[in-house]
Amino acid sequence: MATQHSRSAARLMLAPAVVLLLGWMLVPLTLTLYLSFKKYLPLRGDSLQNGLEWVGFENYARFISSSAFWPSVQATLIIVGGVLLITVVLGVLLAILLDQPIWGQGIVRLFVIAPFFVMPTVSALVWKNMLMDPINGIFAHLWRFFGATPVSWLSDASVQSIILIVSWQWLPFATLILLTAIQSLDSEQLEAAEMDGASPLARFFYIVLPHLSRAITIVILIQTIFLLSIFAEIFVTTGGSFGTRTLTYLIFQRVVDSQNIGLGSAGGVYAIILANIVAIFLMRIVGKNLDR
Amino acid sequence: MARAVTPRRKIITTAVAWAIGLLIFFPIYWTILTSFKTEAQAINDPPLFFSFDWTLENYAVVQERSDYMRFLWNSVILAGGSTLIGILVAIPAAWSMAFVPSRRTKDILLWMLSTKMLPAVGVLYPISLIFVQFNLLDTRGGLIAVLMLINLPIIVWMLYTYFKEIPIDILEAARMDGANLREEILYILTPMAIPGIASTILLNFILAWNEAFWTLNLTAANSAPLTAFIASYSSPEGLFFAKLSAASTMAIAPILILGWFSQKQLVRGLTFGAVK
Repeated sequence: MATQHSRSAARLMLAPAVVLLLGWMLVPLTLTLYLSFKKYLPLRGDSLQNGLEWVGFENYARFISSSAFWPSVQATLIIVGGVLLITVVLGVLLAILLDQPIWGQGIVRLFVIAPFFVMPTVSALVWKNMLMDPINGIFAHLWRFFGATPVSWLSDASVQSIILIVSWQWLPFATLILLTAIQSLDSEQLEAAEMDGASPLARFFYIVLPHLSRAITIVILIQTIFLLSIFAEIFVTTGGSFGTRTLTYLIFQRVVDSQNIGLGSAGGVYAIILANIVAIFLMRIVGKNLDR
Repeated sequence: MARAVTPRRKIITTAVAWAIGLLIFFPIYWTILTSFKTEAQAINDPPLFFSFDWTLENYAVVQERSDYMRFLWNSVILAGGSTLIGILVAIPAAWSMAFVPSRRTKDILLWMLSTKMLPAVGVLYPISLIFVQFNLLDTRGGLIAVLMLINLPIIVWMLYTYFKEIPIDILEAARMDGANLREEILYILTPMAIPGIASTILLNFILAWNEAFWTLNLTAANSAPLTAFIASYSSPEGLFFAKLSAASTMAIAPILILGWFSQKQLVRGLTFGAVK
């Protein structure tokens, strides 16, 4: 049993981490909130020293009513949704495949996991140039080989291309987690079902998929949080043009390119609210897990 | 019991799995291969797979043109420094929560997790403002602090789940045998915790190495790591596929090797212990 002495020692050990994270959360958050109610255009002479004009909720209203807002929400939803769909479906199939007895399983696993360790700027540039370049890319070679006209991927199918690149990066994560989950499935249950004459499809839908449901939920939640803020992949490929300007990228442009800090901060607050909605669901699951 | 599998079925699944594995790995393989070609061979149609003159020239050019070693060094310092400081802050915290839990432990853990959900772009300007105020822009110190803070929740969580697995009985047995607190920590807990700490360091080093929002937005010439180095290749200039490949290969090779060692910890670390 913990004594009073060890309790206060424990509190002391916990303090640095708590204080640091509290500062990391509160200071920028307060500043963002503060700036979101201000008119702040540094290029037009506004500065913190001279005091900023209070504009109430004007930035919030303007951010939402700007013509770029809804397309950016749409782009965000399509990209996040598309990547989730691809990584979860392929992830389940790949996890089942890798769970089978195969020769060289360890090596195949390494191949499948590798993309996750490639830094985002590298994978975006490699895909953009080596694979998707409409003249010299591998896809262009392949298209010509079959007598088709090469596609300008990043301008004509920009959203799909971004989805493809990001899916490639995140498929390993989904696969790895689902594989871990699948390996904890009791094989006797599957054998019993097989003996009772359940078809492979029935076994998949009635035993494997329900068993994976929790892992799938976790994959979806964690990926959503990361995918909502993908940045480098868009920054080095399309730079937000051709319909790939996500909410994150729109805010980035408002703050960095057009230097409208107030407007960008209001957008930032929207992004924070959006991320927190997803986070609440994730924390429920993780929290339940802590009680076990 | 493993299920009996016919050899024919094993051959087919093996073939399919290898084909898919190679397909997924192809972009990386192709990058590494291209880095050893000349620029003309790199864009040859049909693509050259083996029959080309292997050359190391691209690596020399990349190093000469942009001093690759400096970026590599920055990456090592940033990823290493942030991980090390993060670990030093997180070990006591995770330790106390795992071994002296209180009613609020669960809430604190979940709250820490919630700070990880803060979208970076939402606080980009405030952070740059603070950086300007304290002269931290383009310094390694500032970036180390940011990378440490964004990964701290993951570090605490990973360590917590590892420490939780150390059986408390063993501590009680040691106390019975007359071990004091110092001996308890030094001779019993530490050896049992080292594998978990090592895994945590490895995974967080990788995450910090690949971080590409703050490293792109808060660095310029001095402290830029490899993520920024590679981004400088985003505007094409004549024939540059082979050089891009060489630069990319150098940027990902070290971490790819580390990553392959840490694949098991990845699951635990990134699901906050929810999937083991």
